[in-house]
Amino acid sequence: MTPHMLTRSLDRGATIFLAVVVACGILIPLSNLLLPAGSFLQVPTYLVALWGKYVCYAILALSIDLIWGYCGILSLGHGAFFALGGYAMGMYLMRQIGSRGVYGNPILPDFMVFLNYSKLPWYWYGFDMFWFAALMVLIVPGLLAFCFGWLAFRSRVTGVYLSIITQAMTYALLLAFFRNDFGFGGNNGMTDFKDILGFNVQAEGTRAALFALSCLALIAGFLICRAIVSSKLGKVLIAVRDAESRTRFLGYRVESYKLFVFTVSACMAGVAGALYVPQVGIINPSEFAPGNSIEAVIWVAVGGRGTLVGAALGAVVVNYAKTFFTSGMLAPYWLFMLGAMFILVTLLLPKGIVGTFNAWWDSSKERRDAATIASAAAEDGVAEPKMAEEAQ
Amino acid sequence: MPANLSARLCSLLLSLFLIAFALPALAGPFEDAVAKFANDDYSDTEEAIGVVAGSGNKLAFPIISALQDGRLMADPDSKKVYVTGTDGKSIDAATGLAVASVPDSASAVRLNNRLRRSVDAAIGSLTLQSPDIGARLQAAQSVFKSHEETSLEAVDGALAKETNRSVKAALGDARAAILLFKPDATEVEKLEAVATIKARGDQEAMALLTGMGDQPASVTKAAASAIGSIQSSLAVWSMVQNAWYGLSLGSVLLLAAIGLAITFGVMGVINMAHGEMVMIGAYTTFVVQEVIRTRYPGLFDYSLLIAVPLAFLVAGALGVVIERSIIRFLYGRPLETLLATWGLSLVLQQAVRTMFGPTNREVGNPSWMSGAFELGQITITYNRLWILVFTLAVFVILLAMLRYTALGLEMRAVTQNRRMAASMGIATSRVDALTFGLGSGIAGIAGVALSQIDNVSPNLGQSYIIDSFMVVVFGGVGNLWGTLVGAFTLGIANKFLEPVAGAVLGKIAILVLIILFIQKRPRGLFALKGRAVEA
Repeated sequence: MTPHMLTRSLDRGATIFLAVVVACGILIPLSNLLLPAGSFLQVPTYLVALWGKYVCYAILALSIDLIWGYCGILSLGHGAFFALGGYAMGMYLMRQIGSRGVYGNPILPDFMVFLNYSKLPWYWYGFDMFWFAALMVLIVPGLLAFCFGWLAFRSRVTGVYLSIITQAMTYALLLAFFRNDFGFGGNNGMTDFKDILGFNVQAEGTRAALFALSCLALIAGFLICRAIVSSKLGKVLIAVRDAESRTRFLGYRVESYKLFVFTVSACMAGVAGALYVPQVGIINPSEFAPGNSIEAVIWVAVGGRGTLVGAALGAVVVNYAKTFFTSGMLAPYWLFMLGAMFILVTLLLPKGIVGTFNAWWDSSKERRDAATIASAAAEDGVAEPKMAEEAQ
Repeated sequence: MPANLSARLCSLLLSLFLIAFALPALAGPFEDAVAKFANDDYSDTEEAIGVVAGSGNKLAFPIISALQDGRLMADPDSKKVYVTGTDGKSIDAATGLAVASVPDSASAVRLNNRLRRSVDAAIGSLTLQSPDIGARLQAAQSVFKSHEETSLEAVDGALAKETNRSVKAALGDARAAILLFKPDATEVEKLEAVATIKARGDQEAMALLTGMGDQPASVTKAAASAIGSIQSSLAVWSMVQNAWYGLSLGSVLLLAAIGLAITFGVMGVINMAHGEMVMIGAYTTFVVQEVIRTRYPGLFDYSLLIAVPLAFLVAGALGVVIERSIIRFLYGRPLETLLATWGLSLVLQQAVRTMFGPTNREVGNPSWMSGAFELGQITITYNRLWILVFTLAVFVILLAMLRYTALGLEMRAVTQNRRMAASMGIATSRVDALTFGLGSGIAGIAGVALSQIDNVSPNLGQSYIIDSFMVVVFGGVGNLWGTLVGAFTLGIANKFLEPVAGAVLGKIAILVLIILFIQKRPRGLFALKGRAVEA
């Protein structure tokens, strides 16, 4: 009875989630563009950009939930994949500036002129084409994750060891991207973007379209994750999470499964980063900071690890709270809040919001069912009420 | 006639008397030279420097050093020159008498780069006779650098009187440098000079030999071979220096990681708030020093000795509280522990930021920890040396504690096999709490030491946490020797990579190397052997 209930409640959750995302993806841009500015129902442009940011975080959270919630890999370096995707998009946007930069150089971005580059470094070739940049958004994080995962999983680095070396990875990238001679803008990163695919990034229409696209990416990411975790492969992943050695003894090549899901997750994180950059208008090395990656993990924990919907919800809830608290007079207390959230969620709410809700829903449903059966038995085997229940 | 004669004699005597007493300032060469400072002419000033420095007058040093600092004021109208002291009081440079104020028309005597060199040389030869050994040594070294021919006499004079061995050696070097650059020195003198400078064997000696210009063929040849041997000895010394820096960095890493190694090794708990325990230790030092500064200033030199046990108690007690209130609910869930302790680190950082402010706090070095000494060609600072000694002492004490005390025995038992230890009647939860307290306490002690070389700010711990993890992961869990070897290996490797690759790239290279190393030995350098397969 219970597994059936579980899938049903999850399915219900997924349906609600998809409906909400679709509605937001359509209604928010429409309200922003069609309604007159200042009207009650009109969503101001800054809010569109802000919520677009949340949606990107939700995609990142999904990618973390895929590996942590379903495969038990706690990556403390997922921010690195997010940032790499962002940098790939940033490079495209930099090339689009063309001769409108401060120094007016048609080929070299401003920071390269400033740092006395005579020509474009080879790794910047091709980023003037959108399709190439879009491909790189997937390939660069994916390739890094593949190489890293191949090395790590093959030699059976697991648990906290893996977490720590992923943290070391993002820390190393942070240090590298801070260097001016690394060719990615040093500590200032990239900003002052002008166009994306010929549209002005600052324009309301572009912002609304980017928001809608982010929602679309969230939906696509969600469906991909659902497809993975509900397939046979997903069952093996869960087995790896719960008893890795046992799964290996049963004859599964654990490292291949882990490597696959880790790479997919990194690509998703890269896409999230790529959508994030044009909406916030800047990418700099601080995105690689280990703290960011750990914060992303707490979104998943708050929302509910291993529920997908929960991860996206957690990302939005925590970031909304962050915006709310850091913009007011409560700003000094935000870190207390965030820290307390880490502690309390792990101690008191290990299943997160969605997981706890699901558990409560299932148990209350079971109780109701039991009550129905009991009352049915009391009425001497009349099955009508139970059928009515199931018809709902 | 006699009357006439006597009258003329009288007037002569009188005029002599007048000259001797009324106008002493215009008399001797010293006074003339001082007056030349007022001409505001570079060549006059240079002449004046030479004469004043060679005069042996006790005003010579104050005048030249005032000239160096721009405190020598000259009045072009009255040709009077004044020395304004650092305390604001002025004296007449020629007579040494105090004056009420320097006239407004006076301005500081100007210098150009050439003159500045002569001033340095003059100060050098003047201080060669100073009663203070340190000042004499410094003077000899500055003469060595300037190697002005004019200083030769002063150096020879000082060399004859000098009794201190190291000053004597420095004077010998200075003399050799002067001779090497003196055009009319004999070839034998020059060859001797090259040999002396070769024996000195440092970077400056090499600079001197490479820049000595036209010389007789035999001298050039000797210098070339001297340069070769200095280069190879310098290469060795730079290795020694890197090794020392590496040891120093390694000791810092060891200090920061050792507590982590205990908690991680015994309990399998990743304590992300470990860095904050270090920070709390550093702030304990700050508070101790503040109290001492305001109440008992005489105790300042003992502040660290007081801070060490206090920091151990404060951080250790906090550690026990954390273990009892958070960590013990999360055993068997290492990833969740990691997240909860990360949250805790945010709370602790913010709490310290609220209490002490976000800026760096000043923690002073006691006198026995400041300063440095020379060892061959490298300089060793006392604070780094003491930290190395202190780290090793902590390590040895901890090792002894693990080996010879009951708690140590229990801790080792729990590390090796928790369930077996529990079956033998060891109260594992008590051991856990004490272990966590011990690890945190040692982090607190580390904070006391790190407050001496790093900024005491709320972010202090964060800068060490990743490095400490790397040390523990590299060295292997459950083995203090692994942590020791890991810390010093990483420290030394880092410092040897730094000159080749630069500080940041070196650090990145180390991180990449560790990531690769973990592939090869997933349980670290000194893994515990056994059949501990995860569930």
